[in-house]
Amino acid sequence: MANISTLNTTAAGFDAVAADVSGPRGRRPKRALSRRNIILYGTLFVAALYYLVPLYVMVVTSLKGMPEIRMGNIFSPPMEITFEPWVKAWGEACTGLNCDGLSRGFWNSVRILVPSVVVSIFVASVSGYSLANWRFKGSELFFSILIIGAFIPYQVMIYPVVIALRELGVYGTLTGLVIVHTIFGMPILTLLFRNYFASLPVELFKAARIDGAGFWQIYFRIMLPMALPIFVVAMILQVTGIWNDFLFGVIFTRPDSYPMTVQLNNIVNSVQGVKEYNVNMAATLLTGAVPLIVYFVSGRLFVRGIAAGAVKG
Amino acid sequence: MTGHAPAKRPNQLFRNLNSKIASIPMILIAVGIFFGGSIWTIIYSFTNSKLLPRMSFVGLDQYERLWSTSRWIISIQNLAIYGILSLIFSLLIGFMLAALMDQKIRFESAFRTIFLYPFALSFIVTGLVWQWILNPEFGVQGIVRSLGWESFTFDPLYNPDIVIYGILIAGLWQGTGLVMCLMLAGLRGIDEDIWKASRVDGIPMWRTYLFIVIPMMRPVFITTLVIIASGIVKVYDLVVAQTSGGPGNASEVPAKYVYDYMFQAQNLGQGFAASTMMLLTVAIIIIPWAYLEFGGKKRG
Amino acid sequence: MTNSVSIRDLSLSFGAVKVLQNLDLEVHDGEFLVLLGSSGCGKSTLLNCIAGLLEPTGGQIFIKGKNVTWEEPKDRGIGMVFQSYALYPQMTVEKNLSFGLRVAKVPKDDIDRRIARASEILQIEPLLKRKPAELSGGQRQRVAIGRALVRDVDVFLFDEPLSNLDAKLRSELRVEIKRLHHALKNTMIYVTHDQIEALTLADRIAIMKSGEIQQLDEPMTIYNRPVNLFVAGFIGSPSMNFLRGELAEEGGRTVFQTHGVSFSLDGYDADSPLTPGRKVVLGLRPEHIHVDNHQVGSEMHDAVVDIEEPMGADNLLWLKHAGHTMSVRIGGAKRYAPGAKLQLSFDMTVASLFDAETEERV
Repeated sequence: MANISTLNTTAAGFDAVAADVSGPRGRRPKRALSRRNIILYGTLFVAALYYLVPLYVMVVTSLKGMPEIRMGNIFSPPMEITFEPWVKAWGEACTGLNCDGLSRGFWNSVRILVPSVVVSIFVASVSGYSLANWRFKGSELFFSILIIGAFIPYQVMIYPVVIALRELGVYGTLTGLVIVHTIFGMPILTLLFRNYFASLPVELFKAARIDGAGFWQIYFRIMLPMALPIFVVAMILQVTGIWNDFLFGVIFTRPDSYPMTVQLNNIVNSVQGVKEYNVNMAATLLTGAVPLIVYFVSGRLFVRGIAAGAVKG
Repeated sequence: MTGHAPAKRPNQLFRNLNSKIASIPMILIAVGIFFGGSIWTIIYSFTNSKLLPRMSFVGLDQYERLWSTSRWIISIQNLAIYGILSLIFSLLIGFMLAALMDQKIRFESAFRTIFLYPFALSFIVTGLVWQWILNPEFGVQGIVRSLGWESFTFDPLYNPDIVIYGILIAGLWQGTGLVMCLMLAGLRGIDEDIWKASRVDGIPMWRTYLFIVIPMMRPVFITTLVIIASGIVKVYDLVVAQTSGGPGNASEVPAKYVYDYMFQAQNLGQGFAASTMMLLTVAIIIIPWAYLEFGGKKRG
Repeated sequence: MTNSVSIRDLSLSFGAVKVLQNLDLEVHDGEFLVLLGSSGCGKSTLLNCIAGLLEPTGGQIFIKGKNVTWEEPKDRGIGMVFQSYALYPQMTVEKNLSFGLRVAKVPKDDIDRRIARASEILQIEPLLKRKPAELSGGQRQRVAIGRALVRDVDVFLFDEPLSNLDAKLRSELRVEIKRLHHALKNTMIYVTHDQIEALTLADRIAIMKSGEIQQLDEPMTIYNRPVNLFVAGFIGSPSMNFLRGELAEEGGRTVFQTHGVSFSLDGYDADSPLTPGRKVVLGLRPEHIHVDNHQVGSEMHDAVVDIEEPMGADNLLWLKHAGHTMSVRIGGAKRYAPGAKLQLSFDMTVASLFDAETEERV
C-alpha cells in the first residue's frame, strides 16, 4: 500500500519537473506508517482491546454450554452456539423462591423507569427554568444547597428519606421510588436545565413577557420547544442512571418488585445451586442491554449529557 | 399630567408567585432532604438508636465503637487505597487517551465509543463481568496456567491482600472513559493558536503539553478530580456485585458498612455514625475546592 | 403638548451598584426620543424599566397618564423591539406576530386584520409562512418591528434594534424606521450607542452617563451647544478638539490663551460672564476650523500639517498648533502633504467653552 502511494507521488514529481518548475511541487509524500502513527494507533488499539474484552467475554460465555465452559478458556469463541442460556436467564433463572427469570426484573425496571424519568425531568426542568428566568430572593441559595447536595453521599440522607416516605405511606411502593429518583436526580438535572435556559437569549424571554405570556405559557410555548435537545440529553442521563440504579432499588422496593439490577445481582451471587456462568453472563448482558442501546443510539448526545452535567459544575 | 397618588409597591411575597410555587419541590428537596436530612443523620449519630431512631444521646459512643471495629478500619483502608489509586490512574489514563485522541486521528468517534461504553453500564454489570474474568479457575489465571505457566497466580478476588486491586481494575474500566471525555473536552477548549505558536517556536509536543496545555487545563483537572473523588466515596454497588465484601471482609467499603448496619444489622446509630464519617470525608474534599473555586469571587 | 411617558425620580440599584439615580424624564406624545450613551450608562436599564422588565428600586413611571410602576409589561401599552430580534425560533413569522394576541385571546378575525395591516406596512407579506431561521437579518428585524406593531400600542420601545446588522442594512432600516414614525406618529423611545442613528432619527436626544441624563435636547442643539465636556466629546466624529487654557483680557477684548497663543472670542455666545483668569477648555469641531479662508473670523493662525487622512468626500487633517494636535475637516478635493504650512481661522459663534473645573458650558 505504502509503496504504491510512494510510486504515485514520484510520478507526480516527474510531471512537475516536465512542466519546468523549480522547487518542490505537488503533494508532499505522505507516509502512512510513520513511527509516530505506529505508536499512536498501536496504543489506542491496545487500549480499545482492554475496553472491549469484557464485552466480548460476556457475549462469548453467554453463547456456550456449561460443559464447554468447564473445559476451559473464557476467551475462546463458542464451538457450538446455543441460545439456551439466554432463554433461561430471561424466563427461568431463580431468585429465592421465584423462578420466573429476569423478565420480572425487566418489567419492574420499566415500571420504575417511565414515571421516574418523566417526573424527575419535569420537576427539574421547571426548577431550572425558574432559576434561569424568574429568580426570586433566595432562589440562588436554594440552588447552591441543591448543588452541594449532589456531593453528599446518599447514605447520609437515605434514612431521613425512608422516614419521610413511611410518614407519607409510600415507603416500598412505586410512588415512593419515583419520589426518591426525583430527589436524587434533582441536582444534576436542575443544573443542566438552568444552564441551558440561561444560555438562551434573555431577549426572547423579555419579548414573550411583553407579549403578555406568563410563567407557564412561556415555559410550555416558548422554552419547551426550544429546549428539545436538552430534554433528550436529560432523558439519556436519567434512563441510564435509573436503569443502572441498585442502592435505591434495594432499599425502597419489596423483593417481588425489585428492579433488574437487584435481581441480576441476586441471581448471579446466589449461593445455592450450581453456578451457571453462561446464564449469568446472558443475564448480565440482558441487564446491560438497555443502557447500551441508549448509549449506542444516542452517540454524541450521551457525551454531551455527561460533559454538560460534569464540566459546568 | 394630573397628579396621581404614588402606586403602592405590591407585596414582595406575591411577586413571581408562579415561580415560587414551581420551585417548591426544589426548595423542599434542597432544604428538607439535603440540608435537613444531613443534619438529622448527624444528630442521630450521637444516639443509641437500634431498630428505630431514638432520641437518647450517648455522646461519642457510636464513634468510639466505629473506630474500634476492625471491619470499619478495613473499609477506610480500602477506600483510601482504592480512592488514591483510582484518582491517579483514571486521571493518568484518561488524560493520555484524550491526548492521543486529540492528534486528529481517524476513527475518532469509534475509539471514543469504545472507551466510553462501560460508563453506560451499571456497577452491578461491571462487577459481575470482572468477577467472571478474574475467576481463578476459568478466567485470566486459568488461561495463563493452561498455556504452560503452572505457577502463575492472579486471583485478586480470592486473596484478601489484593482483592481491592481487583475491584480497582473493574472500577477503572468503567470510569476512565468519562475522564477521557472530560479531558478531551478540555483539550478541545484550548485555543488552536496556542498549538500554532508552539509549533512556530519549535517547542516539542510533550513540552507543550507539560508546561502550557496542562497548566491551562487546571480548572478541568480540578473539576474532574472532584467528580471522581465524590464518586469514589459513594462506591458500593461495584463491591456488592464483584465480591460482596469478601473474601471475609477484606473488600468492605464505608458505603456498604452504612447500608449493612442501617438495613441489615438494625443498628441505626452505627450506620448514622459511619455515614457522618463519610460526609466528613466528602467535606474534606469539597470544601477546599469550593473555597478555591468560589472563595474570592462571588457566584455569578 | 401632552406627555406620553413620564419618569419621576427613578432609581435602580443592583446591590451596591447604582445603575439609575433619581432620574426624571418626560417624553411628549408622538415624540421620537433617543437615549444615547456608551455601554453601561444605564440607557438599556432605563428602557427595561419603562417596559416593566426590571423593577425600579424607587420612583414612578407613568404611561399615558397611568401609573404603571408596578404593572405587568403586557398591561403597559408598549411594544418592544430587541437587538437580537428575539423572534421565537420554532414559530412561523405569522405565529410570531400573533403570539401576544393569541395569549390575550384576541378574536381570530381581529388578529388576521392586524397582521395584514402590519405586514403591509412593513412589506413582509411574502414571509408570513417562513420560520425566522430562513430570514435575513434585515427581514428578521422587520418582523420584530411588526410584532410591536400588531399590539396596537401607544409607545414603541427600541433596544439597539440595528446594532446586529451590517452597515449598509443599518442605514436602510434607519430610514425605514424614520418613515414608520412619520406614518404612525407613535411615541418611540429608542436606545442606541450609535450617534449617527441618534442624530438622524431623534426629535430629542437624551445623552446618558453613569445612570444620569447629561443633556436632553434637539439633536442640533446637542451638537452645537453641548452643556458639558462629556456631551461635547461624546457627540461628533472625529470628536471635538479641546484646547486647555485660560481666559484673558487683551486690548479691551476677552480672549482665550493657551501656550502663549491668543484666540479671539468675538461672536461667542456666553452663558456666564467671561472673567479673565478663569481656567477653561475651548472646544472646536473639526468642521468649524477653516483653512486658508479669509472670510471667516478676524484673525489667522499659522499651523503645520502632521498627517492627512483622505476619506473621499472630505479630507481630515491633523495639525499642530499652539501646543495641541487638532483635527480639521476640509473638502475632499484639497490635499496637503505632511509638513505643509497653512493658515487657520476659527468660527467662534459655534465654538464651545467649558469651565476646566466643573466641565460645564460657560
